[in-house]
Amino acid sequence: MKNTIRQVFHSPKFVIGFVIFFGILLLSIIYPLVHPGDPLESVFIGSDRGSFTPPGTYFSLYDAASSFRTNLNPKSKTAADRATISISDEQRVRMITWLTAMEVSLDGVDTTDDAALLEIWKANYDESAKPKGMTKSERNACKRLNSDLNSSGKESPLKVASEDESVKIKDIDPMNYVPVNQVRSVIRLPLGTDNFGRDVLKELVSAIGTSLLIGLVAGVIATLIGLVFGLLSGYVGGLVDDIIMFITNIFTVIPSFILLILINYSIGQEARGAMVVAVVIGLTSWTWTTRSVRSQVISLRNRDHVNLSKLSGHSLFRIVMTDILPYIASYVVMAFILQISSAILSEAQLSLLGLGPSTTKTATLGLMMNWAMLYSAHLGGSWWAYFPVIGVIALISFSLNLMNTGLDQVFNPTLRD
Amino acid sequence: MSETTSTRRDFSKAPSCLKGVGVTRYFHTGKITTKAVDHVDFDFHEGELVSIVGESGSGKTTLSKMLLGLLKETDGQIYYQGKPRDISSRAKLKEYWSGIQAIFQDPFSSFNTFNKIDTVLLDCINMRGGKNLPKEKKNEMMTEACSFVNLKFAELTNKYPFELSGGQMQRLMIARIFLLKPKILLADEPTSMIDACSRATILDMLLQLRDEIGMTVIFITHDIGLAYYISDSIYIMEHGKFVESGGADEVILHPQAPYTKRLISDVPKIHEVWDLSTV
Repeated sequence: MKNTIRQVFHSPKFVIGFVIFFGILLLSIIYPLVHPGDPLESVFIGSDRGSFTPPGTYFSLYDAASSFRTNLNPKSKTAADRATISISDEQRVRMITWLTAMEVSLDGVDTTDDAALLEIWKANYDESAKPKGMTKSERNACKRLNSDLNSSGKESPLKVASEDESVKIKDIDPMNYVPVNQVRSVIRLPLGTDNFGRDVLKELVSAIGTSLLIGLVAGVIATLIGLVFGLLSGYVGGLVDDIIMFITNIFTVIPSFILLILINYSIGQEARGAMVVAVVIGLTSWTWTTRSVRSQVISLRNRDHVNLSKLSGHSLFRIVMTDILPYIASYVVMAFILQISSAILSEAQLSLLGLGPSTTKTATLGLMMNWAMLYSAHLGGSWWAYFPVIGVIALISFSLNLMNTGLDQVFNPTLRD
Repeated sequence: MSETTSTRRDFSKAPSCLKGVGVTRYFHTGKITTKAVDHVDFDFHEGELVSIVGESGSGKTTLSKMLLGLLKETDGQIYYQGKPRDISSRAKLKEYWSGIQAIFQDPFSSFNTFNKIDTVLLDCINMRGGKNLPKEKKNEMMTEACSFVNLKFAELTNKYPFELSGGQMQRLMIARIFLLKPKILLADEPTSMIDACSRATILDMLLQLRDEIGMTVIFITHDIGLAYYISDSIYIMEHGKFVESGGADEVILHPQAPYTKRLISDVPKIHEVWDLSTV
């Protein structure tokens, strides 16, 4: 046993898969401890609600206005920055239109040079002038443009008042800067938020936990049923074998995904929690474990050591447990790993169809994809709502399959290259 | 060979311990029926060493599995100690197995590789009703059994069967029989997977054990020379049928069936040119 485990951990494929998988598992365990709280709580209400917020660091405007304590004032730099006014293309066109309408000569003036253009504008602009061919709205636009150009570069403090009487009106200079860590409420969103303003990273970590649990539960159920049926039908044989293989064949012939869809649909929206879905996945995916365990047992049951055990008067249960099961244990472990992987994928597929766990209390990897799709994250370019999820699903299934391949090479020496 | 013939005894007057009438086993694969054992009659007497000789695929192992009760016979009746054999329930089967035991051909696959050697031997003690014996007594019994086959129990304890050589494993198998002391021992080619040097030791131990506990030995082999060397009576099996049977001298020295003649001529002889034409 110890030797086998050592051998398994000498397989590079298994070790890589194991490290990736345990990294993901540890992340799902440790991250919630470091950042406690409901992963599905809306943490962020941006300027426009109901939209995906891109990844970044956000701080509350309220706090920004009310909680400055230090006043870093790198005036020299920012003041200079503010004095140089940049003119947008739109503004430039409007300025040139006005100047030509007023028949101001622009000969020899480089209109792409902001400073030169601004100089001419300041010298010639007259609010009361009515250039030919310009409508009133166009004249108003020019008026606004002028005030924009004049106000920038000026430093008028922002007046902030609080409803709280004790706090007096406060002037905030545009040049007031504070370190981000001094703002009370800063929200760091490494993966942005989803449509409901929930932190995608937090949600993703909790979804990984739930999905792994679904995989585990479904895998355990499928492997247990498959193992028991396979052992019984292989070892006992006869009528028991016929009955079990009849049931197994029925389940094999009907694609299990169709079964999953039908069962999940008939369970109904209310009863379909994450665990119910896991059980349903487990109950529909045991067939090939049964078939392969059965064939392994059939080849084992006529071996001499089983005959010897029979001759020693051991009971059927003991023979199965000590003479058959240890010989197929490695195979069962491999099947179990694949069952976990396929259960996680099944959940994702089902949820994408809207037949997964119908819950708003827990997130699963599939549900996150479903939500991202429902609110058109893929159309709006909100990649952060679904790309990390796809990546995690791929990583989990990749690592599990890699572990399986590694195990396969250890237990089937003929596959080693 | 003249020395060995003198040790041969006539058991035809001894009471029958295992008898078969029309014992048959067919295997069905799809529509093809293989007659592995086809209506064979036999009568093994108490204390006798019987050899069943035949080439590969002649049905020897199938017959031995039926004798052991591991395989149901398609037709025919087996009599155990004069009465029709009744192995219809687990308890009766267990009772039957306390009287008949086996040594298998391949020592490497005869042991459960996950069990220690102690487990194998303790099982035998438990089967003989020694479950509640004190630990020292059990150890003493195991040591005795091991020393009978020239093994040291102290070196074997806490080891796994796969850590032994093939010869040692087969000797352990005999130690097992020593502990079980069955009335009938079915030895299914016990020496065919072992090198020639160990073979003599194993055979010697088997014969010693037979003398010590007075059991009937049913020896299954493809080696007619070996069978002649050790047996009291010989059954020659070809394609699931016994083509010839009788005392060892009678069968080997005056063979009647052409198959027996062929088997005898197939035995390689050191001082003669081996006639391969019959193969």
